[in-house]
Parts: sequence; C-alpha cells; structure tokens
Amino acid sequence: MRLRKKQRLYLVLGSLILLGGAAALVLTALEQNVAFFVTPSQVAAREVPEARNFRIGGLVVAGSIEHAADGVVRFRLTDTQQEVPVQYAGVLPDLFREGQGIVAQGELEPDGTFRAIEVLAKHDESYMPKEVVDSLKDAGVWQHDGSGVPSQ
Amino acid sequence: MIPELGHLALVLALTLALLQGTLPLWSAVRGDPVGMRLAVSGAVGQFVMVTLAFGALTWAYVASDFSVANVATNSHSAKPLIYKISGVWGNHEGSLLLWVWILAIFGAAVAALGANLPLPFKARVLAVQGLIGAGFLAFVLFTSNPFLRLDPAPLDGNGLNPILQDPGLAMHPPMLYLGYVGLSTAFSFAMAALIEGQVDAAWARWLRPWVLVAWAALTFGIALGSWWAYYTLGWGGWWFWDPVENASFMPWLAATALLHSAVVVEKRDTLKAWTILLAILSFALSLLGTFLVRSGVLTSVHAFASDPTRGVFILALLVVAIGGAFAMFAWRAPMLRPGGSFAPISRESGLLLNNVLLATAVGTVLLGTLYPLFLDTVGGPKISVGPPYFDATFVPLMVPLLLAMPVGSLLAWKRGDLPGVLQRLRLAFLAALLAVGLALLLLGWQLLGAALGFGLALWLVLGALVDLAERIALFRVTPRQSLRRLRGLPRSALGVALAHAGVGLLVLGVTGATALREERIAALAVGEATALGSLQVRLVEVHQEQGPNYVATVGEFQAERNGEEVHRIRSEKRFFPVEGMPTTKPGILTSPWADHYYVLGDQAADGRWAVRLYREPLVVWIWWGAAVTGLGGLVSLSDRRLRVGAPSRARRRLPAGEGMAA
Repeated sequence: MRLRKKQRLYLVLGSLILLGGAAALVLTALEQNVAFFVTPSQVAAREVPEARNFRIGGLVVAGSIEHAADGVVRFRLTDTQQEVPVQYAGVLPDLFREGQGIVAQGELEPDGTFRAIEVLAKHDESYMPKEVVDSLKDAGVWQHDGSGVPSQ
Repeated sequence: MIPELGHLALVLALTLALLQGTLPLWSAVRGDPVGMRLAVSGAVGQFVMVTLAFGALTWAYVASDFSVANVATNSHSAKPLIYKISGVWGNHEGSLLLWVWILAIFGAAVAALGANLPLPFKARVLAVQGLIGAGFLAFVLFTSNPFLRLDPAPLDGNGLNPILQDPGLAMHPPMLYLGYVGLSTAFSFAMAALIEGQVDAAWARWLRPWVLVAWAALTFGIALGSWWAYYTLGWGGWWFWDPVENASFMPWLAATALLHSAVVVEKRDTLKAWTILLAILSFALSLLGTFLVRSGVLTSVHAFASDPTRGVFILALLVVAIGGAFAMFAWRAPMLRPGGSFAPISRESGLLLNNVLLATAVGTVLLGTLYPLFLDTVGGPKISVGPPYFDATFVPLMVPLLLAMPVGSLLAWKRGDLPGVLQRLRLAFLAALLAVGLALLLLGWQLLGAALGFGLALWLVLGALVDLAERIALFRVTPRQSLRRLRGLPRSALGVALAHAGVGLLVLGVTGATALREERIAALAVGEATALGSLQVRLVEVHQEQGPNYVATVGEFQAERNGEEVHRIRSEKRFFPVEGMPTTKPGILTSPWADHYYVLGDQAADGRWAVRLYREPLVVWIWWGAAVTGLGGLVSLSDRRLRVGAPSRARRRLPAGEGMAA
C-alpha cells in the first residue's frame, strides 16, 4: 500500500511539473505567435497591432495587380471602404485574381504598404474567407450607423 | 430508380441501427441470448443496407446521373472514371455516406470476427456501435441526403474541384476515415467495459487489434494527406498546422497513447481507468475532427459547404456522445479495481511518460486549434494561431518523448534496470553523438538544431535496432540461433521496432526538409537562369499542352552545375475549363537525398515568369518514415496472439515472448 501511495505521489508530481511546463510553453507561444486579423479600414485608421505580424483580408481591387520585373507583385485590397496597398514577393496562389477574397499575413511598412509574407486564397472559386465576409459585414455596419471603425 | 433504392436502404439502415442500439442492451441486462444475438444480425444488416446505399450513389456517379443533385453539383461526364468514383466522397454528402459505410463495416467486422467475445459483452459493444451509427445515419438522412433529385436534370454536371482530381487524394479520405471511424470500436469497447464494470487483460487484448487497424489507417491517411499537400499546393510544404490537419492529428496522438497504455493493461493489469479515458478521448477527438471539418466553422479546402443546421446537428451528436461517455466514465470508472503497482523506473513508467507527453501534446494542439474559434464565438478579436505556436509547443514536448523512446522499450516490466539499459544503448548513443559532431563539422554551428535533429533520428533508428538485437540475443549466441530467434520473435515485437524506426526516419526527413531547405523566388525570362544552392536553374521553354480535361502551360526547367546538365524538370499550370479553375502541378524530382521542386507561376507584364524553386533535402523520408511506422502497426496486427479472436477471458495468458528482452 505504501508503494502505491508513493507511486501515486511520483505520478502527480511528474504530471504537475509537465503540465506547468506545457502551460508556460503554451502561454509564451500564444503571446508571441498569435496573428490578429485586421480589416483594410482598420489599417487605414492605423488600428493595427504594433511591431508584429498580422493578417489582413479583403477583395483584390480590379485592375490593381502589377507584376514587377523583380518578381514582386503589388495589388490593393479593399473592404469596399478603404484600400490598402500590398506587396508580395512570391508566387501567388492559383485562385488569386481580381475581385477574389484573400487573406494576407505580414506587416505594415511605415509608408502604409502592407508587406505580405504569405497570401492565401482558398481553393474554391465560390469561396470567400470567413474573415473577409465578416470584415465586409463590419464595413456595412460602419456605413450605416457611422459610428466609426469597428474596434478590434 | 436506383437512387431511390439507395435512399430506402439508408432509411432501413437507420431502423436497424436503432434496433441494434437499444434492444441488445436491454437483453444483456436480462441475460436473454436471443435478444443479444440480435445485435449481430443488426450490425450485419446495417452493413448490407449502407453498402447498398453507397453502391447506389457510386452507380449514380459512374453513370453520370445528373438528375441526382449531388452528382450534378460534383461530377461531370468528361471526367476520368477514377475521379467519377472518388468524386463520390469528394463532397459533403458523399463523404458522410462514406463515414457511415466505414462505421457499418467496422460494426459488421466486430460482429463477424469477434466470435470469442462473451455474448453480453459483444452485444453491448455492438449496441454502442449501433447508437453511433443511428446518430450519423440520421445526420445523413435529415441534413445531408445525397440522393435528392433535381428536376429538370441538367445536361451536364459542375465537375469536381480540379485540385481533388488526384490519385493520392482519391485514397486519402477513405484511409483517414478508416482511422477516424475505426476508433469508434475503441469507444464501443470502452463503453461496454464501463457498463460491465470490468476491465482486464483480456479486454485489452480484444481492444488492441481494432485500435491497431484504426491507428495504422490514420497514420497512412495523414501521411497521404501531407504528401498530397506537398505535391499539389505548390508551396513545397508538407505540414501547415492547418486546423483541418490538426483535426486528424489529435486523434492520431490520442490513439498512439491508447495503443501504448493498452499494452500496460494487457501485461500488468493496471492504468485501466486511464486507458478507458484514452479510448473515449480518441474517438471524441475523431468526432471533434468531423465536426470541425464538416460543419464549416473552419475555412479550408475540406469545408465543402457551410450549412448551419448541419453544424448544429453534428455539435449535438458530439455533445451527446462525448457527454454521455464522460458521464458514464465518471459513474463507473471508480468501480474499476486498481491493478499491480510498479517502480518509477519500469516499462510501465516509460509507457506512462509516453502517455502523459502525448496527452499534453494533444492538449496544446487542441488549444491552438480551438482558441481562435473560441475567441471569435465570444466576440473577442479575430486571430489566427500559426505554425510558430505549434512548433514552439509541440516540438519541446516531442523531444523528451523521442529521447526516452529507445530507453523505455528496453526497460523491464515492474522494476527496470536503468543503468543496464543505458549500457546496452551506449553504442547507439555514441553513434548518435558522432552523427551530431559530423553534422556540425559539415554544416557549421549555426545549424546546431539540424545536427541535433540528425542525431536524434539516428538514436531512434539505432535504438529500434538495438531493441531487436537484444530480443534475438545478437552476438551473444551463434548467428544461426539468432536467426532462429528472429523467426520465432512475436510479430508485435517486430512491429514495435519497425514503428519506432519509422519515427526515426520521419525525424530525419523533418530535420532535413526544415533546416536545410533552400528556396529561390525569381522572375525569369525564357532562357534565363538563377542560382539555387550550388545549382544554376534555367527556364528553358514555356509552351501550351492539351490534357484530357484541362489545358496546361508547361515550363521546362534545366539545372546545371559547372555548366553541365544535372536534371530537367517540367512544371505545369493547368486550367480546367469546366470548373473554370487553375491548378499548379509542380515539377518534382525525388531522390533519397533531396527533392528538387520547381513551380511555374504567373507571367508578368514584361513577359518574365515568376518561378519558385526549392531544394528540400531528405523530405521524402517524412512519408517513408510514416509509411514504415504504419507498416509496423500492420505487422504487429498480424501477431498470432493479437489476432482478432485469439484470446479468451477464461484461458490463462500465454507466456509472453517479451520476457526475452526484459
């Protein structure tokens, strides 16, 4: 019986240490690696998380896509209220096109350009990223009651 | 007519499932053998009916019957036959029908192969299986009926998402479902054991083959999905910590833990409540995965449709199944008699460490997957939790687990001899250290992480070999005797060594592809070249080609080193006119040392082509490693002692072959 108690004690202690460690890992990782989602209107109002990556979602403005010679692509994203210039060095996903809802992750340059490190367009033409839909809805609300940019 | 028959078969299957899920439970309490046998007939009948329904839908796809709405939305007459068939599960309704079908297959398999199970226990297992079936059949019939008709029928269908028209992806969902749904047996066995209030070694041995099948299938399914993502998405990545990937990975982690803890129940008659909990948890995570993927709460290529009623229905199923199971656990688990005790250094403790680390890993992945959904639901900020979170939490949990793996599998039951085990592993350890040193010499100190990764990989592979060598007493007896021992070795021991070595290969691949990956993004005119590592990669030409149901823009790449051609790779961009969608077909040259992965992108205004070039060292070992691991599961499944039907509760345990190594 004593052995069993001792065994249980070891078990509980070990699990506690492990859980504590895991919790610490999770908290620091969440703290550092969560990317907030921001709408073009929020970017225009500079309501963006400082000094960290975030995500921006919207529709690709028609006629705004430019492929530069150095492989950099420039385009503008809109939530129908505000537009944000985006630049991205890389190969765009297959379904990237004008009017398509996309999500980009990256950071805001001092000149107001969003430098994307990742551009996501999902693999279904009728599909609109949920964040973009919500951001368009938010934009609609903003238009109606004029109460300002939705706070994040 | 045939679709209506399919629909009717589904309704009958639901009736049978309801019968199977209720009457045998009652009969088991009263001890009425006729009622209990009804569970067997019910399971077989349900299997026949769902098979008919699945056959009917497949027929509608093969015959391109566009009066069936599901076929019209997801198929096209000009599609190759294999994709007409795989199109059956390439959509929401069809994939759920596949889910239910596999559930029925497992139910019938338990009914047919579980001849050794005591009748009341078998009746209870099948009854729980029937209840799960009833829930999902109702889900299919009431929210996702694949047999709905269209009037008037369109002349042709909308086609299947071209990205899903791929042989690897034709196999991925059935494999994954075999794993997901296979875990339902673990759940049913656990519930039946809770109802009877008895968990013992025989129970663990009955459970084991089913968990092994499910686990191996899940391993293959996840590996296939990862491989598919690698060669189709055009990013050269093989794991994205996408919520949908996590949804399949969490049940895998839990099932891995279950597989190990069930061994403890079998050999040492302890950790019973924990094993039951893991069995419930594994299937609960499968259900959660189904919910996340099928309800549309997540945005991904897997979310075929987002219809709120479906989400609510699955959520209700989830709550009833998991809530019921946990309530049952809370009520009955305290009745389980605790088994033998063990010292802190023992095989049991090793397996427990494995379990605790895996369970914690499940927890961190679960948190990262659900946290954004949770915040969004309660009206908090919209966030996404990306790969860095998972890397930062998952890797630190896996490193101690993997380091301890070779040690744990050499420890004796009850009270282990750690110095002795370390002594036996010293050569493996030295070799791993040597590998780290060598890698540092070749790669430099800034790649210390990669060097340690390679060392870990070697440690795991050698550890598995040492385990095997110890069992056959290699070099301690004559080679011929060793060979005889090898032949006499239980298959499960062989399976363990294979599975563990496979993890080593996986670590090798992950390390190489993560730390040594080279990437080059450039805009090239035809004839121009750019550097990728030591190679000069030239875009030789770009032309158009006509495929069976697409038009391809083909880019020919040629790689040179010191002016000599090393290889040529063609990469395609395909356009599918029916679906109006483009896809990327990266050019990949695979070798055991490195993959060269070239992607042709868009054409810029000045006529240059955007290209993405990757060199991914050792990446192929990720999938080979996973395949070897899964194969280990299958080899273990073929073990005589574990074969479905071998053990019975009355018989004494056979003298274990494991005694040799211990």
